[in-house]
Amino acid sequence: MVRIKIILFASFKELLNCSEIEQQLDNGTTIHSLCESLASRGETWEMVFSDADKTIKVACNQQMADMSTVLKEGDEVAFFPPVTGG
Amino acid sequence: MQVTKQIIITDEPLDISGLNRNIQSNQGESGASVIFTGNVRVSDEEQDLTGMTLEHYPGMTESLLDEILVQAIDRWELTRVLVAHRVGHLSPGEPIVFVGTCGLHRKEAFESAEFIMDYLKNKATFWKKEHYSSNGLKRDVWVESKQSDLDAIERW
Repeated sequence: MVRIKIILFASFKELLNCSEIEQQLDNGTTIHSLCESLASRGETWEMVFSDADKTIKVACNQQMADMSTVLKEGDEVAFFPPVTGG
Repeated sequence: MQVTKQIIITDEPLDISGLNRNIQSNQGESGASVIFTGNVRVSDEEQDLTGMTLEHYPGMTESLLDEILVQAIDRWELTRVLVAHRVGHLSPGEPIVFVGTCGLHRKEAFESAEFIMDYLKNKATFWKKEHYSSNGLKRDVWVESKQSDLDAIERW
């Protein structure tokens, strides 16, 4: 098992009323399978995470990452919508 | 050529005059400087806008901005680059972002400032939420990213 931290930003944080989750995962879990498991937490979670490949930006340890990334012990995974600064 | 770069992310109002002085007095051997300021729009279209809140991803935002500045320094002959970005609550008319560049010639300074802004809008982990009030009804809207901003980096 590996233990990771999930962080949510902006509209995701607000919609899900959640900014941070600590989670235990099986070894070899990818970000894609993490999204599937998050989508099963409830209706709003499904809305945010069911089509994650297309609609969500994801960073692992503060570097942009893709869905095939395999998660390791202590990773910080952040999910957020496209950025709108400037 | 020696280059200095600086990144400021703050929840305090941006002191545009001070940032401009910072750029003008640290030009080094460059012959041109360009400054850009982006503000919370005040227009008929946004007449019910009462303000906005800017959120960011501390740590990641700084490193993404640093990457953008490093790319600009690689690409143009610059002596100084500075980016300042507000977070927290902002009122209409307040500055959101300041970019200052000093280049050997004006072309370097202009192009690098545009490059930095185009990349900042597409890559840096900031999110805007707009606050509106109309006839006593308040509503908040998360700003969505624009295709025109995505297209803007294609030219670089």
